Amino acid sequence: MSRRVRLHEIAHARAGDKGDTSNVCLFVYEPRHYPALVRALAPERLRAAFPALLRGPVHLFALPRLHGVNLVMENALEGGVNASLNLDGHGKSWSFLLLSLEVEIED
Amino acid sequence: MSVLRIGCGAGFASDRLDAAVELVARTPLDWLVLECLGERTLAFAHRDRRADPARGYDPLLERRMRALLPLCRARGTRLLSNMGAANPRAAAEATLRVARALGLSGLRIAVLLGDEVTDALDPATPLWEGGTIGDRGRPVGANAYLGCEHLLSALATGAEVILTGRVADPSLFLAPVVARFGWALDDWDRLASGTLVGHLLECGMQVTGGYFADPGKKDVPDLARCGFPFAEVEPGGSAVLSKTPGSGGRVDALTVKEQLLYEVHDPAAYVTPDVVADFSAVEIEEVGPDRVRVAGARGTPRPPTLKVTVGFDGGFLAEAEISYAGPNAAARARLARAVLEERMRSVHGYTGPLRIDLVGLRALHATALPEPAEAEDVRLRAALRSESREPGELLLWEVEALLTCGPAGGGGYRGRIVPQVTTAAASLPRTRIATRVEVLEA
Repeated sequence: MSRRVRLHEIAHARAGDKGDTSNVCLFVYEPRHYPALVRALAPERLRAAFPALLRGPVHLFALPRLHGVNLVMENALEGGVNASLNLDGHGKSWSFLLLSLEVEIED
Repeated sequence: MSVLRIGCGAGFASDRLDAAVELVARTPLDWLVLECLGERTLAFAHRDRRADPARGYDPLLERRMRALLPLCRARGTRLLSNMGAANPRAAAEATLRVARALGLSGLRIAVLLGDEVTDALDPATPLWEGGTIGDRGRPVGANAYLGCEHLLSALATGAEVILTGRVADPSLFLAPVVARFGWALDDWDRLASGTLVGHLLECGMQVTGGYFADPGKKDVPDLARCGFPFAEVEPGGSAVLSKTPGSGGRVDALTVKEQLLYEVHDPAAYVTPDVVADFSAVEIEEVGPDRVRVAGARGTPRPPTLKVTVGFDGGFLAEAEISYAGPNAAARARLARAVLEERMRSVHGYTGPLRIDLVGLRALHATALPEPAEAEDVRLRAALRSESREPGELLLWEVEALLTCGPAGGGGYRGRIVPQVTTAAASLPRTRIATRVEVLEA
């Protein structure tokens, strides 16, 4: 049976910043959910989900041995800590923004 | 050859001190590294030095040294830190004063100089972000990221304390490993292994359960007393990561994986002054309670140039806040936002960037997600950046005026205007850098 869950249920994440580029790494708790993680974070899907925030290229680096991915999102920090007016100018909370995305998983 | 024990007792300027004391007291460390220097921290330090030539080093240096120097000496632990910031010589003199006051006679402090290139940079130097240095005005300071090769001469003095300005964070950890095991500076796989250890340690508790807890999903025992990390590095470069015995926190595959990719872009090409490290095939193995073995980093030759961070004056950031709570709070906060917009734009003709968040509805993720309709405790938070203070003062005045002129029930006004710096990056040929080491003795 398949069901729809937030990524937060199956994965954990951490965000970092360099200039206006955000990187978020995400890992599934259980290896069987790895394909769902990669599916949920397809760069074109992310850009469609957050068009106002993700204004540049999005790169996904897959790390299947670690059951995780590293997302690198350019022009994704509203100017970065040098220019952003966001309370979270580093985009530290982008990790949990991505964990709020929904995905179908098989149980 | 036995293992090298190297710990991290600070991963950023405001990191905890009591946990660093615990780490040294409870672990037989060869080295304690305090990494306290962010890019913007350094730009602010340049400003401090300009205001007072005796300042410009880490403002917590004396407190950290008072707490750690006697313990490090008693335990035979050498201390290495970038708390020199924009003024490593003054940091060394301040450390000397602390050592003398504590009666630590004979304590030797080596200081690495030569990272600052503020006056050596041509204004025509291109910036990674586009344009040139000259386009942005006069830098407040510019520093090259020094590497292991520059640090080794400071370590070779045998001094108990090593102080630096800008050094690449992982290099602070790699240099003691290279010095101990005699690795060649073109042994790329080994340098990558040591860089991996440095990368995992450099943010302090971010690998021992700090910045990790998510109650019910990822619980961290005794987070309030989280321990700092240390590594036992083997002569071949693999290492076991652990934390202060008896401290809170956790070290396992999950905490190590999150830190492995922290602020990494391509995991197969992590660039430092020492090596281009490939973390894509790193093996992470839990070998005991709070003990994780890491191995398998690979390396390719280091880049020919060094990265330079250039700091510039960044004008001012103004922020002002007021809260609404109880029935219809969201509607009253939205009205306040509309009034503030109209006052700033139409009445005062302000055309610069202005952001107004409704904290409690949507703030951090406001650009990404729609605003929910309801909440009963909402804080309006307005922000702008400007070259002069005046637009910021206007914003604070207008938000405070909402107390009597805005919607019903507004309270809890706060406002502040804070000077800013901005940073940009440039490349510099290694031959343009000439470092030197001075040794001071208490």
